[in-house]
Amino acid sequence: MIYLDHAATSPMRPQARAAMEPFLGDTFGNPSGVHGVSRRAKNAVEEARERASAILGCSPGEIVFTGGGTESDNLAVKGRALLGGGGIVTTAVEHEAVLEAARFCERLGSKLAILEVDAQGRVDPDRVAGVAGDDTAIVSVMAANNETGVLQPLGEIRTAMSGRTALHTDAVQSFVSQSVDLAGLDLVSLSGHKLGGPKGVGLLYVREGVALEPLVHGGGQELGRRSGTLNVAGIVGMVAAMEAAVADRERFRSEVGAARDVFEAKLAGVTTPTLDTARLVQHSHLRFGGLRNETLLVLLDRVGIAASAGSACSSGAATVSHVLSAMGMTSAEARECLRFSFGWSSTVAEAEEAARRIVEVLERQAGS
Amino acid sequence: MSRVLVAMSGGVDSSVAAALMIEAGHEVIGVTLKLWSGPNGEAPTAGCCTVSDAEDARRVAAQLDIPYYVLDYTEDFSQGVIGRFVDDYLHGRTPNPCVECNRTVKFSRLLAQATDFGCDVVATGHYARTRFEDERWRLLRGTDPRKDQSYVLSMLGQAQLSRIRFPVGEIDKARTREIALSLGLRTAHKPESMDICFVGRRDYRTFLVEQAPDSVEPGRFVGVDGVDLGRHDGITNFTIGQRRRLGIALGEPRYVVDVDPRTRTVTLGRHDDLAVVGVELEQVTFVSAAVEGPVSVQYRAHGEAVPAILEAGRVTFESAQHGVAPGQTAAFFAGDEVLGGAIIAGTLRA
Repeated sequence: MIYLDHAATSPMRPQARAAMEPFLGDTFGNPSGVHGVSRRAKNAVEEARERASAILGCSPGEIVFTGGGTESDNLAVKGRALLGGGGIVTTAVEHEAVLEAARFCERLGSKLAILEVDAQGRVDPDRVAGVAGDDTAIVSVMAANNETGVLQPLGEIRTAMSGRTALHTDAVQSFVSQSVDLAGLDLVSLSGHKLGGPKGVGLLYVREGVALEPLVHGGGQELGRRSGTLNVAGIVGMVAAMEAAVADRERFRSEVGAARDVFEAKLAGVTTPTLDTARLVQHSHLRFGGLRNETLLVLLDRVGIAASAGSACSSGAATVSHVLSAMGMTSAEARECLRFSFGWSSTVAEAEEAARRIVEVLERQAGS
Repeated sequence: MSRVLVAMSGGVDSSVAAALMIEAGHEVIGVTLKLWSGPNGEAPTAGCCTVSDAEDARRVAAQLDIPYYVLDYTEDFSQGVIGRFVDDYLHGRTPNPCVECNRTVKFSRLLAQATDFGCDVVATGHYARTRFEDERWRLLRGTDPRKDQSYVLSMLGQAQLSRIRFPVGEIDKARTREIALSLGLRTAHKPESMDICFVGRRDYRTFLVEQAPDSVEPGRFVGVDGVDLGRHDGITNFTIGQRRRLGIALGEPRYVVDVDPRTRTVTLGRHDDLAVVGVELEQVTFVSAAVEGPVSVQYRAHGEAVPAILEAGRVTFESAQHGVAPGQTAAFFAGDEVLGGAIIAGTLRA
């Protein structure tokens, strides 16, 4: 199996597994206790928090560990909007975690503006700044799109907004290959498993002084911002994966990027709608004219290639992507698109072999 | 050995169909068709096609160790089946959505997609049998008379039948459950789904109002003698032959004998007033060669086939029939063999 679905999840990095091991065994304590077993767990979490803050360039208290990227997005959007009833400004290509959280707040009375994007899926920074006003509680714009890998003009948005409103970015897809510059950002979502860490753990960077309504009430963990017994092994594993990812970034950008480029170069005749747009090195979003992505996914699975239609319902059926619709594609066009996403374990040889098998499948389809 | 695509609904019949195809030595791929989702994209909670049904199919496929996929057919189903279902009721007809699903979804697009997957044939859990004899495919009633589903397959022709298999049509339902049990399939004891899959356990009328809120308008009841009997809430509430839930008390049993969509008039009468001597047909198809002359005709899913003459796009019953509704399928039989089918365009009264 050639795994080209890293944007869905990446295999665990060995460093993450090794770091987690003790906490699946003897060091099982609940960090909130007073005894030695607890203390060891608490120390591990706080050390992980410090290391994560060192990577991000923030203080440890600005990191809230969560149950994953979706929860981080929910905490950012709902946490801000529910606090003072202010409005939400976001884009039509955000992850469902942001869009659905925003729509939920809208049902509760929040003002919601979902901004249109251009044909490459980018929002206009001036439009963001123009729509966000004094009554806006949060502006949420993703760093890079999970389906296409296209980068949003975050720097320009920051400049245009000049710190007037809390600015959130979902960096879940981008962090593995790109650092995130916290200047001008107030909230940042990260996920463990997209970096080669465990599933079910994420974090939200919350700039000091940015208030949030908590979503999970209880024992007051994470300074009251996220109650619940801490996922010690998960947190330690995620931070180990973050460190490994950051240390690996330079190699990742050159080698994994080369694998992606080789892959696309070998697939002549297949269009890459976002080819000339600034995008993540690991994403390849392709359009197979005249073929249905659902059929292709099955055929690729049959020849040992794991890819994705970018958007799937919980049953696994490929559905028409809201991202591609927002980019102006018709539903028939969107149904011709597939996402191939490379990751830390991808190689150029794999990319070449995958392209060869895809060409074979396409030739068979054309001949049948 | 060939490569077979099995359409798995998550019920016991299609689970066993998949198992029997594997047992026969074929390479099997299981698929569940996602046919329908609610207005907000959510899966229905009752009937087939629910999240738990797809999950059952997935688990059975895993148990049988076959690849399994959920395919999105919501657009095709919405246009080909639900659109027609609503439209038929709005036009005073009584649709048969399972027939439309077989015609426009399962045995058209799925067959085409099976070709894309490199599958020679598609197998389903329908209770019907096929035979290849004298250079042609024959379609026969299923072995189990209580489960026979040949009526909803009567629109199939040679091109389709050559690529379709009905493994459980050769056995009876009890045997199907035995096989499921012996293989330890989780669907072995699953109850039958009798509902229209996209309506579920609700009333189809509620569904219609949701789908076409503006098109359901009140009208008048009249007697067969033309006398006004009162107001009704909309023609979609009525089907020819309906006796219950008329919303009007007349002192003795009254039946819906006619629905006129243009004037939104529902005509009520006695049982005798339902009598129909024949039907006009549309979309007539034959399993192989065109047939005319004496046949037996089944005009509703759970009815008997009755003797009739088929001629020039018209069926003339040997004796008058009661409760024949335009929009329903008429299936033509010779004994156990399906000769063809059609949609009832209109009824002929004595």
